[in-house]
Amino acid sequence: MYINVQNLTKHFKIKVRDKGLVNAIKAFVKPKYRTIKAVDNISFGIEKGEILGFIGPNGAGKSTTIKMLCGIMQPDSGTCVVGNINPFKNRKEYVANIGVVFGQKSQLWWDIPVIESFELLKAIYKIPEEKYEKTKQQLITKLNLQDLLDVPVRQLSLGQRMRCELAAALLHDPDILFLDEPTIGLDAVSKVQLREFIKELNKEKKTTIILTTHDMTDIEELASRVVVIGKGKLLYDGSLNKIKSKFQSTKKLEIIFKNLKAAPKIESKIIEKDNKKVLIEVDTKKESISSIIEKYSRVCQIEDVNIHENNIDNIILEMYKEYEL
Amino acid sequence: MKGYISYFKTVLLSGLQYKTAAIAGICTQFFWGFLQIFIYQAFYAGTGQNTPMDFEKLVTYIWLQQALLTLVFVRIRDESIAKSIKNGTVAYELVRPYNLYIWWFIKCIAGRLAAVTLRSGVLVAVTLFLPAPYNLSLPISFGAFIMFLLNLFLGALIVTAIMVIIHSIAFFTYDDKGIATVIYNFAEILSGTSLPLPLLPTIVQNICLIFPFWLIGDFPFRIYSGDIPVTDGLKYLGLQIFWVVALIFIGAKILKYAMKKVYIQGG
Repeated sequence: MYINVQNLTKHFKIKVRDKGLVNAIKAFVKPKYRTIKAVDNISFGIEKGEILGFIGPNGAGKSTTIKMLCGIMQPDSGTCVVGNINPFKNRKEYVANIGVVFGQKSQLWWDIPVIESFELLKAIYKIPEEKYEKTKQQLITKLNLQDLLDVPVRQLSLGQRMRCELAAALLHDPDILFLDEPTIGLDAVSKVQLREFIKELNKEKKTTIILTTHDMTDIEELASRVVVIGKGKLLYDGSLNKIKSKFQSTKKLEIIFKNLKAAPKIESKIIEKDNKKVLIEVDTKKESISSIIEKYSRVCQIEDVNIHENNIDNIILEMYKEYEL
Repeated sequence: MKGYISYFKTVLLSGLQYKTAAIAGICTQFFWGFLQIFIYQAFYAGTGQNTPMDFEKLVTYIWLQQALLTLVFVRIRDESIAKSIKNGTVAYELVRPYNLYIWWFIKCIAGRLAAVTLRSGVLVAVTLFLPAPYNLSLPISFGAFIMFLLNLFLGALIVTAIMVIIHSIAFFTYDDKGIATVIYNFAEILSGTSLPLPLLPTIVQNICLIFPFWLIGDFPFRIYSGDIPVTDGLKYLGLQIFWVVALIFIGAKILKYAMKKVYIQGG
């Protein structure tokens, strides 16, 4: 395993107080604290070149886990080893080899043109001139940055800025890229562009990518494997398809037909029907779609068949429900 | 090293963009300078001969203080550091392969240098040619001037080291404003900002000497005007170096400790 996380735990003490003036004064004199297990005994591993999607509701502990993986925060207990390095203990050595994009924060210097931020990063990461020029040119072409380079960061739109952020995180050609909600707030076109770019990067440079997001299309498009975190605990670790098949047992089947002689006998529930089509909710564990189609084909002439799958957002909702998040 | 130098240049250059702020600052500083000089003139007129500091030296002190305000005042903070801790952007600083202490140090000192570069030239150029006794005098000797520059440089290091300590506190208290204000108010008196040290009662002066604040501005200004002889300058130069080393050591320790306990705010 390239990245190995064992029993990672992080607690936070947060100040709490009840409403009202009296309680405010009480809290001032003697503050009350509540301990929150932000990350609770999580273990998983990531192979080199893998894209791992992190999902979970807000406050689940995704970002905290990412921050510990980045070497920013020290775990209370448990270990995290990335290619034989302990991210927190050897922070300087470790972070030279990772790239990070926090979707809600900016790493570019606000007042200066984008290109100057790039130059500064070149100096920070001690990137050799030749390599820098090459990587920079590639990123400019792929992310379409030509017209943005001389603009101060504060004057960029969110989509433009995010493209620049991604370039900034990749100038030093890191082995691992952390993307914490990279598509947050972006429009559809920017999202598609960003995903395409990330896919290509992973394919060409074999960059290991760790992605957190609330946009399930991001996960569907990018991650072959997902880790679901809720209330600080690891709930699921495996392929996306497995979750899908587990939570996607019901599908909607629409059959459009001509000359129906008599409705066949099926176990699944018919939601809608008229003399041209029928809509059936199929529980694929009880009855297969093909058997229903076969039954219909015997009694009528089928013109078209549509299968509606439960979309990924609903699957995740069901999953959260099952785990009571 | 190259990274630190580049960053120094970047902060310095972007600091030089704020021309309007500099013009406003220059106007305020002229106003304050004259106001103080007139008040002291009124006081001096009433006290006769026995003053702790010559009027010309006092005027020179005031103009130097106004010209170099953005370099030597403790009260001038870098808002962006406190803000980055408050909103969690500091996370980005922690994923870079540099020493955060040095980084912040450079940020603070480059910001101060940019501000003082924009302001001091005009103030010095104008006040040098004001009619006596309202003018900035030339340094007492060439040796004193060299010593003044050296002391001023070390003073800038002292004030920057203090600022980094104040900013590091934000990691513990979420907002460093409260604790910073307390330090500022003490510093105001102890640094000679509210009254030049020689004008303070002896007992207060002795207290001031315990702390590093007077070594930031008060001491170099008095070397410049000859209020403190150059020979004594050497002795205090040693003290300045001691404080620079001590404050950097303390600041680096605090920040290192803070980074272990750090909680990054926000999602």
